[in-house]
Amino acid sequence: MSDQSSKPRVPDEVGVPDPFQYMHPVLKANYGNWDWHDRPRPGVLRHVAKSGDVIYTVRAGTQRQMDVFTIRRLCDIGDRYADGHVRFTTRSNIEYLVADEARVAPLIGALNEAGFPVGGTGASVSMVSHTQGWLHCDIPGTDASGVVKGLMDMLHDEFVQEKMPNRLRITTSCCQINCGGQGDIAVNVQYTKPPKINHDLVANVCERPAVVARCPVAAIRPAMVDGKPSLEVDEKKCVCCGACYPPCPPMQINGDDSTKIAVWVGGKHSNARSKPSFHKLAVANLPNNAPHWPEVKDVVRRIVEAYKSDAQHWERMGEWIDRIGWKRFFEMTELAFTKHHLDTWTGARKSMNMSAHLHF
Amino acid sequence: MKDDDIKNGDREVHPTPQLDELEDGPWPSFVTGLKRLRDEGAPGNQKMMNDLLGQLNHSYENRMGYWKGGTVSVFGYGGGIIPRFSEVAEKFPESKEFHTLRVMPPAGFHYTTDILRKLCDIWEEHGSGLIAFHGQSGDIMFQGCTTENTQKAFDDFNEIGFDLGGAGPALRTAMSCVGHARCEQSCYDEVRAHRSIINSLLDEMHRPSLPYKFKFKFSGCANDCVNAIHRADFAVIGTWRDEIKIDQEKVKEHVKEKGRRYTTDTVLKMCPTRAISLNDDDTLEIDNKSCVRCMHCINVMTKALSPGDDRGISILIGGKRALKIGDLMGIMVVPFMKLETDEDFEKLEEFAENVVEFFADNALEHERVGETIDRIGLPAFLEALEIEPDPNMVNHPRTSCYVRTDDFDEEADKWFARQATDQVAE
Ligand code: HEM
Ligand code: HEM
Ligand code: SF4
Ligand code: SF4
Ligand code: SF4
Ligand code: SF4
Repeated sequence: MSDQSSKPRVPDEVGVPDPFQYMHPVLKANYGNWDWHDRPRPGVLRHVAKSGDVIYTVRAGTQRQMDVFTIRRLCDIGDRYADGHVRFTTRSNIEYLVADEARVAPLIGALNEAGFPVGGTGASVSMVSHTQGWLHCDIPGTDASGVVKGLMDMLHDEFVQEKMPNRLRITTSCCQINCGGQGDIAVNVQYTKPPKINHDLVANVCERPAVVARCPVAAIRPAMVDGKPSLEVDEKKCVCCGACYPPCPPMQINGDDSTKIAVWVGGKHSNARSKPSFHKLAVANLPNNAPHWPEVKDVVRRIVEAYKSDAQHWERMGEWIDRIGWKRFFEMTELAFTKHHLDTWTGARKSMNMSAHLHF
Repeated sequence: MKDDDIKNGDREVHPTPQLDELEDGPWPSFVTGLKRLRDEGAPGNQKMMNDLLGQLNHSYENRMGYWKGGTVSVFGYGGGIIPRFSEVAEKFPESKEFHTLRVMPPAGFHYTTDILRKLCDIWEEHGSGLIAFHGQSGDIMFQGCTTENTQKAFDDFNEIGFDLGGAGPALRTAMSCVGHARCEQSCYDEVRAHRSIINSLLDEMHRPSLPYKFKFKFSGCANDCVNAIHRADFAVIGTWRDEIKIDQEKVKEHVKEKGRRYTTDTVLKMCPTRAISLNDDDTLEIDNKSCVRCMHCINVMTKALSPGDDRGISILIGGKRALKIGDLMGIMVVPFMKLETDEDFEKLEEFAENVVEFFADNALEHERVGETIDRIGLPAFLEALEIEPDPNMVNHPRTSCYVRTDDFDEEADKWFARQATDQVAE
């Protein structure tokens, strides 16, 4: 490194690239002037511009974590069967843009043949939004891509058809920071034990005041342990959130006995009908059972089936539960309602029923 | 036993019994992709991926992660690289450095196959060959690079017009929905808003010096396809002030096709403010004063209904995930702003800069702007940004009587004065 003689290259701070250089010409020509759309079949959108121009979009699922061979294969398909212009959705689906309707069916055929499911539109289960897990993050309690692979294998049929009451969006997060975000169903790591502190390392690795400041419930105190400066945790106060672990890796939060999985329901991003909402706890303490997570899959399947069988058209998960009530939700999914479902965090009172409205 | 090498063609590779389980099933398998890099990738990719697969399988066996952070950057920038060093490098030396480059995608995630191939070629040469389209923050995540190659990879990306995104206490990569490019619901030019704000604040992205992260997200309407209200400190959502546009002939066609009962159940009954009536001749009537611009009826009747003509944006501030005071959604602070002329865009840019500056000056270390607002109260935030209070900012007025109101009359006078000028303006 030190023997590098040439001066380093000064970056060209170009910022966000201009998308118009890559955009399909029909999109560019009708930018801001679209009239209506419909979905001729699952996985296909037809958008009609005010000019009368038409563009077809074919949406396909990917594994998100892609090798260059997979990406080149998707590109080959785009060159041969579509117009060489693609985009990605928020949930890592690839979208091919095609101006000529006659090219839609062969494109779908080619994608299916190459193993990319076509779907994810309308009232379907789209790709699980997820993050890094064991593959790349420095604090994960579980994997992300593996959980997602298992869930999407199970829900493949619901991706390629539009038979849900409304769209169903699943997210996963491999620690309680929750990069995956809110979801109709959210599958998230839930720690069940306070961190186990390696006191030999704290002084060397951690900036102690920063770690103390990180704790949301002020459970961490500086302390001398075996004559060395370290930290101690008031285990009665600790809510096992794991927030102290990223700034101080010796505060190990992960472990076979402590890294569990919780499933949450009823989060919603869109403002359509009801306001956006956070997901709510359905069940905790499921085992972190790689590589197939069967207990998690079973719970997700039950929730999906109950929603599918009982919700009205256009009701999202949370809206359906609002109508039928939580009592019925726990009955239909055969999950337990416990004291841990009663919120204890700031503002908890707002989540209680302060009325005589009841579900029987 | 677990990590004994097995034969694979003419070379030894780590066995991956746990990961092998994830190759069956109908959904595309990331494991199959990783293995392809191991077996058929460029020579550098092959070695790195063999050990990466070994380490990942080791994680699956022990249910523990084995990466730690560190410091890696490129010349001139303080952020944009996520450094990863292996904690089990003695077993898996070739992937001991496995850094990620966060690279900003074109606004709206548009690509040609040609540019995707170029990105692949660069990453095959300098990195591992593994790419995520996209990370939850909206970056293209080029995963798996040695410290030495990080600069080379960045230089090559930069040469073809791509730039690093944000990491650390900095402005982060933004996201915008497909919007104007392909969606009739879109109420403003998302590409222009996205690019003009982020590109004017690049310094905050490339040289991290904010109290903590700051994210912008841009959705063309209240469907909020990029999840802005939940996930962005600064959410820009398209909306309109005048009446929903109705094509009554198309309404009749819709009712004829779907039936009266289905139309009532799925459109009228589901309007959150009961603003819609179906007339006896199967035309629709909308009480636009009650409509909250939720998008539902327009989503259902895509041909018959569309947003009005007096379009613009609203801005919500303070969304974020759990740490540290719990999840927050953005609060509506700018109910409406036009976004058509150059001056409108300049005004938005200026407002964005002011909010970021407020955040830089007032947030505590490691505090998101939503937490700052919770700590100081919304009135103090509004005052700092010279925004007047508006009923659209609340679900309902305060219910707590613990407040000092001795200047209530002056505040009321300001409201009446504003009402009067608004009337004149209209
Ligand atoms: C013209 C109609 C629509 C079009 C063209 C459309 C298109 C899209 C696209 C392309 C995405 C991915 C966004 C991106 O990657 O930029 C998306 C996501 C999303 N759409 Fe729509 N959509 C439409 C209608 C709707 C409707 C009817 C709803 C809800 C009732 C809705 C709710 C969402 C939500 C919440 C997302 C966020 C991502 C997610 O959670 O999956 N959209 N939509
Ligand atoms: C060492 C510390 C951290 C590292 C290395 C890290 C790394 C990352 C990475 C790589 C992603 C993108 C994941 C993906 O999209 O695939 C991400 C996203 C995210 N991180 Fe972190 N993270 C760290 C700490 C935190 C902390 C402390 C918080 C919260 C207080 C946090 C909140 C988030 C959130 C909410 C996202 C999702 C992004 C979004 O919604 O736009 N992270 N982080
Ligand atoms: S959810 Fe947690 S473990 Fe997973 S990628 Fe995000 S920060 Fe890492
Ligand atoms: S796990 Fe969370 S609550 Fe427990 S000590 Fe760490 S930061 Fe505090
Ligand atoms: S947020 Fe609205 S405008 Fe943007 S893509 Fe989604 S539906 Fe269209
Ligand atoms: S946009 Fe929403 S609130 Fe307005 S009329 Fe339609 S359904 Fe009702």
